[in-house]
Amino acid sequence: MSKYNLDYLDELEAEAIHILREVAGQFEKPALLFSGGKDSITLVRLAEKAFRPGKFPFPLVHIDTGHNFEETITYRDKMIERIGEKLIVGSVQDSIDQGKVVEQKGKNASRNSLQTVTLLDTIAANGFDACIGGARRDEEKARAKERIFSVRDEFGQWDPKRQRPELWNIYNGKIHKGENVRVFPISNWTELDVWNYIRRENIELPSIYFAHERDVITRNGQLMAASPFLNMDEDDIVEHKKVRFRTVGDMSCTAAVESDADQLDDIIAEISESKISERGARMDDKVSEAAMEDRKKGGYF
Amino acid sequence: MNLLKFFTAGSVDDGKSTLIGRLLYDTDSILADQLEALQQSNRKNDDGSIDLAILTDGLRAEREQGITIDVAYKYFQTEKRKFIIADTPGHIQYTRNMITGASTAKLAIILVDARNGVIEQTIRHSYLVSLLGIEHVVVCLNKMDMVDYSEEVFNTITDRYKTLATDLSLKDVTFIPISALKGDNVVNESEHMPWYKGQSLLHFLENVDVETGPDYNLARMPVQWVVRPQTDELHDYRGYAGRVLSGSFNVNDKVTVLPSGTSSVIERIEIFDQTPSEVHAGQSVTLHLKDNIDISRGDVLVNSDHLPQSSQLIEADVCWMDTRPLDEHITYLLQHNSKVTKCKVREITHKVDINTLEKQEAYDFKLNDIGRIVIKTADALAFDFYTDNKANGAAILIDSRTNLTVAALMFRAVAD
Ligand SMILES: Nc1nc2c(ncn2[C@@H]2O[C@H](COP(=O)(O)OP(=O)(O)O)[C@@H](O)[C@H]2O)c(=O)[nH]1
Ligand SMILES: [Mg+2]
Repeated sequence: MSKYNLDYLDELEAEAIHILREVAGQFEKPALLFSGGKDSITLVRLAEKAFRPGKFPFPLVHIDTGHNFEETITYRDKMIERIGEKLIVGSVQDSIDQGKVVEQKGKNASRNSLQTVTLLDTIAANGFDACIGGARRDEEKARAKERIFSVRDEFGQWDPKRQRPELWNIYNGKIHKGENVRVFPISNWTELDVWNYIRRENIELPSIYFAHERDVITRNGQLMAASPFLNMDEDDIVEHKKVRFRTVGDMSCTAAVESDADQLDDIIAEISESKISERGARMDDKVSEAAMEDRKKGGYF
Repeated sequence: MNLLKFFTAGSVDDGKSTLIGRLLYDTDSILADQLEALQQSNRKNDDGSIDLAILTDGLRAEREQGITIDVAYKYFQTEKRKFIIADTPGHIQYTRNMITGASTAKLAIILVDARNGVIEQTIRHSYLVSLLGIEHVVVCLNKMDMVDYSEEVFNTITDRYKTLATDLSLKDVTFIPISALKGDNVVNESEHMPWYKGQSLLHFLENVDVETGPDYNLARMPVQWVVRPQTDELHDYRGYAGRVLSGSFNVNDKVTVLPSGTSSVIERIEIFDQTPSEVHAGQSVTLHLKDNIDISRGDVLVNSDHLPQSSQLIEADVCWMDTRPLDEHITYLLQHNSKVTKCKVREITHKVDINTLEKQEAYDFKLNDIGRIVIKTADALAFDFYTDNKANGAAILIDSRTNLTVAALMFRAVAD
C-alpha cells in the first residue's frame, strides 16, 4: 500500500478547521475577533472552509481603537460585504467618552492597552462565551505556553498556573457562567506559515502589508507612521520612506520596516531571510521580559 | 514537506531546555531580536556564554526559579521537515503538563545525564512514553563532555536502557551521545566521539519515517457540526463536517453511524470547493450520505465492515490530573472526541508505582497517580483500544463542579 502524506500547510489548516468546528459545537455564543491583520484574515478564510456553504455560527467582532490605518477599515468593510457575515464593532472612543478608560498622555501614548477594557465590555454586553483569536505560539514566549482553549475568568484574566491539561485533540470548553474561553486555532502556525498560506489560497490583504511610500518618524529606533494619532513634537523629523508593515495594529504602536517588497513572493523571501521577529516591531512588547504575560493576565487577547 | 511533533523528557537539569535552545540556535532559527534579549538577560552559564534554556522558559516564575513548569511549544524547520517541539517539565509534580505535551507527539526524546545513567525519573518518563504509545523514542545521553566523551559510559547506559525498553515494550529506540551545551551530535556531528557512527539528532529527526499507509478498516469520523445552509438553492444540502480521526474514506464506501447503528453510503466528499474521491486521517472534511438519516454532533461515522467496540463498561488506564482526588461517588463528564456523556468510576483496579513499575492495590487516586480503572458511561461509546487506534482510544474526564479536565483515559478493554 502506498503511503500518504499530508503537506504541513494542509495539516495546519485541517487542525484549525477542527478547532473552529469544536467552537461551533461547544459554545452558545462564540465570536471571532477580527483585527484586520493577516492572522485574523486567515481565520476568516479558515472559517469559510469550516462552514461553507453554511453561514458562520458566529459574528466577527472588531475592537476599534479609532486609531486605525484607514486601509484596514476599507479592507474590513469590503470583506464583510463579500462574505455576508455580521460585524460587531466595539469602540475604544466610546469607552473613553464613557469615562471607563483615560487616554494616555505623552510622547509614547497609545490606545493599545485601552483596548482590553473595550474588549471585555463588548464580550460582556453580547454575552460571548468564546472568542476566537489569531494569536500564534511563535509570536512570544508567554503565548508559547498558552493552550488552544484558554479559559478566562470574569475579568478576562489568564492564569498560567491554572491551565487545564489539553490532551490529544480533545478540547474541553466547559465553563462557568461569566467565564469565557479564548480560542486560538492557528496556535501552531508560524509567521511564515501564515504568509505561505495566504499565497497558496490567494487571499487579499490590506495594502499596508505591501511596500508603499509614507511619511514616517523614528521613535526608539523604530519607524512609526506619521499620523494625527501620534503625539509629535519639534524633535521628531518626518521622513518620506518606502515601507511596509508586518503586523497591523493601532497606528500609534505599530512600527514599519523599510522594504521594497510589493509582491507576496518578495515578502515571503524577505521574511525567510529576516532576522527580526514580527513582535519586535511592536513597541508594546518591548517594555519588559514579561510584558505579554502580564497583559494576558490582565485580559488582553 | 511534512510536520513532525516531538517532545523532550528528562529530569530537572538534564538539559532539555538547553537542548532545544541548541537545536534552534544551530539551525539558525533564533531571530536577532530574541537573541539580543537573550544576550541582555542576566541568566548566564558559568563560563559567561548565553544560557540557551531561557528561550523556552517563558513564564516569569520559570525564569525566576530556573525550571520549566508548563509545556512550551517551539517551531523550526529545515529543508526536509517542519518541527513542533513541546518542551515539557520533568518534575513529578508536573507530570500532567508532560502528558499534555506528549499526547500529540509522534516521537519522544528522553534525556539521560551521562553522569547519572538511568535513574528513577528516566524509568518514569519511559513508562509514560510507553503508556501513551509514542511511536519513536530517541534516548539522548547528554553531558557527554562531562564524562570525557567516553564510549564505555555510553555502552553501559545503553545496555541498561535496552533492558528497560524491553520491559516496557518500547519498539523503536535509538541512542545518541550528545552535549547540548557544546553542541556535539545535536545538529552537527561531534568531533569528540569518532566511535559513534550514527546520525546527529537533527539528521535523525529529519529522516525518521512517520508516515502511515491508508487503512480503510480504521475509518472513523466523529461528526462535529452539521452544515445546513437552508437557503432556497441549497434547500436539501446536509453535510456532516468533521476531521477524519483515523483510516480513510472513499466515495461509495458503506458507512455506519454510531451509536444508532444506521448505515448508508458516502455520496460525496467535500473539502471546501474540492470534491476528492478519498480522504485520510487528519483531514477536515464534509461528508454527504445517500440517505437522509438523523445524525448530530457526537455521532461517529465508521466503515460498516469494521465496526469499533461499543460498550458502556470500559477498562481504561488513567492519569489523574487534578488536585482533587478521584471520587467514586460523583458523576463525571467523559469527553471522547466530540462526544460528551456522563460517567462514573466503577472500580479502581490498581495503581502503578511509576518509579518501580510495580502494580499496587489502590483505594484512592490523587494528582499524578497512574493506574487502571473501570468506568461506566451513560451512553455507549464507539471506541477502539488505544493500542490499536490511539485517535479513537482516548478520552478525558471533566469534573462538572469545577469544569476542569481531571484525567486522561486510554481504553484498554471492554469490562464485564
Ligand atoms: N556540561 C554540560 N552542561 C549541560 C549540558 N546540557 C545542559 N547543561 C547544563 O545543565 C543545567 C540544566 O540545563 P537545563 O537545560 O535548564 O535543564 P532542564 O531542566 O532539563 O531544562 C544548565 O546549567 C545547563 O547549562 C551539557 O551537555 N554539558
Ligand atoms: Mg527546562
